[in-house]
Amino acid sequence: MAEQSLSFVSRFVLAYIAFFKILFDGVFAARVEAARGEAHAPDVPALQLSNPQLPKASPPPRLREAPTDAALQLLALLQREGRFIDFVQEDVSAASDAEIGAAARVVHDGCARALKEHLELSAVRSEDEESRVTVDAGFASLGVRVTGNVRGEPPFTGTLRHRGWRAQNVRLPQIAEGHDVSVLAPAEVEL
Amino acid sequence: MSGADEHAPSSYVVGIDLGTTHSALSYVDADLSEGDAIASWDQELPQLVAPGQVDARALLPSFLYLPHASEFTDADRTLPWTEATANPYIVGEFARTQGAKAPGRLVASAKSWLCHSGIDRRGAVLPVDAPAEVQRISPLEATVAYLGHLRSAWDRDHPDAPLAQQEVTLAVPASFDPAARELTAEAAMRAGLERVVLLEEPQAALYAWIARSEGAWRRDVSVGDVILVVDVGGGTTDFSLISVRESGGSLALERVAVGEHILLGGDNMDLALAHLVRQKLEAEGKSLDAWQLVALAHGCRAAKEALLSEDAPESVPVVVPSRGSKLVASSLRTELTRAEVTRVVLDGFFPKVEASARPAQRPRAGLTQLGLPYAQDAAVTRHLAAFLARQANTTPGNTTFARPTAVLFNGGVVKSTLLRTRVLEVLGAWLSGVGAPLPRELPGADLDLAVARGAAYHAYTRRGGGIRIRGGTARAYYVGVESAMPAVPGLEPPIRALCVAPFGMEEGASAALLAEDLGLVVGEPVRFRFFGSSVRRDDTVGTVLDRWADGELEELAELEAELPTSGRTPGEVVTVRLQATVSEVGVLELDALPREGAERWKLSLDVRHDVS
Repeated sequence: MAEQSLSFVSRFVLAYIAFFKILFDGVFAARVEAARGEAHAPDVPALQLSNPQLPKASPPPRLREAPTDAALQLLALLQREGRFIDFVQEDVSAASDAEIGAAARVVHDGCARALKEHLELSAVRSEDEESRVTVDAGFASLGVRVTGNVRGEPPFTGTLRHRGWRAQNVRLPQIAEGHDVSVLAPAEVEL
Repeated sequence: MSGADEHAPSSYVVGIDLGTTHSALSYVDADLSEGDAIASWDQELPQLVAPGQVDARALLPSFLYLPHASEFTDADRTLPWTEATANPYIVGEFARTQGAKAPGRLVASAKSWLCHSGIDRRGAVLPVDAPAEVQRISPLEATVAYLGHLRSAWDRDHPDAPLAQQEVTLAVPASFDPAARELTAEAAMRAGLERVVLLEEPQAALYAWIARSEGAWRRDVSVGDVILVVDVGGGTTDFSLISVRESGGSLALERVAVGEHILLGGDNMDLALAHLVRQKLEAEGKSLDAWQLVALAHGCRAAKEALLSEDAPESVPVVVPSRGSKLVASSLRTELTRAEVTRVVLDGFFPKVEASARPAQRPRAGLTQLGLPYAQDAAVTRHLAAFLARQANTTPGNTTFARPTAVLFNGGVVKSTLLRTRVLEVLGAWLSGVGAPLPRELPGADLDLAVARGAAYHAYTRRGGGIRIRGGTARAYYVGVESAMPAVPGLEPPIRALCVAPFGMEEGASAALLAEDLGLVVGEPVRFRFFGSSVRRDDTVGTVLDRWADGELEELAELEAELPTSGRTPGEVVTVRLQATVSEVGVLELDALPREGAERWKLSLDVRHDVS
């Protein structure tokens, strides 16, 4: 924002007008209040922002509700192709491993097909698991998490325990306006 | 043509594969292509994959579902183009999955019905098993629906170059009869495709191979080679022979022979395996319903592909998922072994046979249900032996069968290395039996999309790029004329066949006028019997056949003509001569020309023939 300083006289006149305007114009008052908060923001130390105990002096990084439509759509997809919900919702405590194994094939084949069709998956790190790798500074934003004896300054060297997964590309089917995504699988009635 | 020619030609040329089980559209940007370097793409095809959900796929399953009025809401059937919900049907992936659960409302294999001479192909006959209240549609309408869907998908992505104005090559089976070709061209017109040319599918497969090789194909074949294209699709098997010749110092390709229409494909193999597995399950006291059998056929396809690959496992589990939500408790599990797949698919559909083997022909039972004329002999190799024997005179050397030197495979089934190896083995045994060299395999393209891509390449060659396969019509055509002889009770008057169109007529060519005078009665419908021959390649217009060997001539849909009464008295006999033309689209047309006057009356192929 381009900041320009006003002369004392101008400020005095403005303060006079603003005093009454703020007093009698609620909308204007709200805008001034917002402008105050905005002007404050850079002055607040970054550390305070992440501490929820401190009074809210400025907007912290917000938590947002994840949209549920895409989640439901993906679930419906996994159910349709791989009977995913049927599988995890069923009580398998009494079933034999052979029975579970047979059903798992249906789930595995179908869900793998659905994932392949709609997500482009890749490993976060291309090295072999259990090999020694080096992570540079800024690794947190690259999808790498360090565990174990974390101390000192990066670059860190350690053992790659899990390669990680990254969705390079998500391509879900388009949904028609008004389509009820909460029906993950319709009830089927054979006539 | 209405205004289409006023537009500057776009840089696109389009190829369409209108398959029995899948359709696809590919295109080439001619401006970005130069010589052997082809800039080509596959069109994404948005389609319903579930109610209210649209996904873009490379293939459009050639299935059409006729929903009940209360089955889906308009929102459930929304497509990216607005007019879609107005259609009384659903096309594509969701039509296929939903149709597996309600088969009475599913139209499948419309293409095979389009080529079925035993039905009224313009009549609303599909689905055959539909309940009475379902508004049935004709094979022609189903074809229009598939093409219309491809067109909408294209137009959405290319608003400045609507498909109606693009040069489109549409692939059809080489074995399609003139009536089926005409109906396909008509379907394209009705779908709004104004600039369509028909191309034989095996040729499209070869074009795809050429396009993919980026010029290297010239090193893979040489003058004298005869390429056998073995195209085993989901529902049909098609053979063609293409010879490599020399023309003006460079290689030229000429399609010399095509096979008969064989309704036999990968789906038959999956079904055969599914029945085998069902028997195994039934022996264990477990029964399957119709939906489970479809699911089983899908499972068998995957198992078949796994077991027919190199270093295949001994057996692959096959699971039939339960219909209800109890997946673990109610799914049926069994195994398919390599020995079983070898016995059923390899030895059942591709048996090792002699070159003299011929497909078995069982006489059909007197009363047959209305259905597709599926091949009675499931052995692809026996059909191949018959094809090569019939085309013996297309290759040099005095043998009883044609000798291909190279093989190009096409179709989803032949993705399996073992199947390809088996065909090469069988063919190799026949060839080495007569001292000919073993055939070699030409590396195939992406087998699902090869035909669409090859068709697009063909459209590109029509713009002057790339190499053209020559060939023209794959048959000679004859009209049947009854011989004048005293009537003998119980004996049909013998028929003579007059050649009206020689073998190998190119698009846009007219045959000579048939010199024989034929009498047509004004105001009365006249019918001619009509024949085709894929082996008599030396007959010229006017050649008269009094008799012919079994299988030499194949009877096609009848020709009909009704002379207009204008300027003539009904009942008057007018002397006419016939002339055959192959239209620019690639459709055979026959005209009757009166001896006096400059009129031309079109004779139409009767596709309304009903089963008697």
